[in-house]
Amino acid sequence: MVTENFLPARLHVKNQKADFNRFSDRYGAQWTPTTLFLDPGGVERHRIEGFLPADDFLAQLGLGLGQLAFHGGRHADAERHFRVVLERHPASESAAEAQYWAGVSRYKATGDATALAETARAFEERYQTSSWAKKASVWKRP
Amino acid sequence: MEIAWRNDVDKVLEDAKAQGKPALLDFSAAPM
Repeated sequence: MVTENFLPARLHVKNQKADFNRFSDRYGAQWTPTTLFLDPGGVERHRIEGFLPADDFLAQLGLGLGQLAFHGGRHADAERHFRVVLERHPASESAAEAQYWAGVSRYKATGDATALAETARAFEERYQTSSWAKKASVWKRP
Repeated sequence: MEIAWRNDVDKVLEDAKAQGKPALLDFSAAPM
């Protein structure tokens, strides 16, 4: 998943000290591990801070792919990436965030505000206590 | 599958721009 979607680079705090310091200053990476998702222009679109077990890391990779697509204006692709996170990693902490951004992406792709209302309804069934449910609550329709 | 991490980050960013592909930049302190 990493190699097919990204050019992967790693800097070690001791082994590449000068570059580690230069790039951690550039991107404000203050802790390890930190993983940055950079668009082709080098702009950060998503980050992971701290260790994650494999399933959660894979879910975050999916979120990162979604954010890269979203910020690149490829909203249908973004929704697809977010829905994959929901389907494959429903118990991960990334799932609620994916559900939120899937709805936003569909709205951005279609201009149809029912996508937001449907997302708010989806949060009544899953991830009700997440902060993402609170953010989506404003889209509820009577 | 093993990830072929590179540490020539300037070149990785150049390649990302040229290929229109995102980069994953990992800052690590893990024992090597």
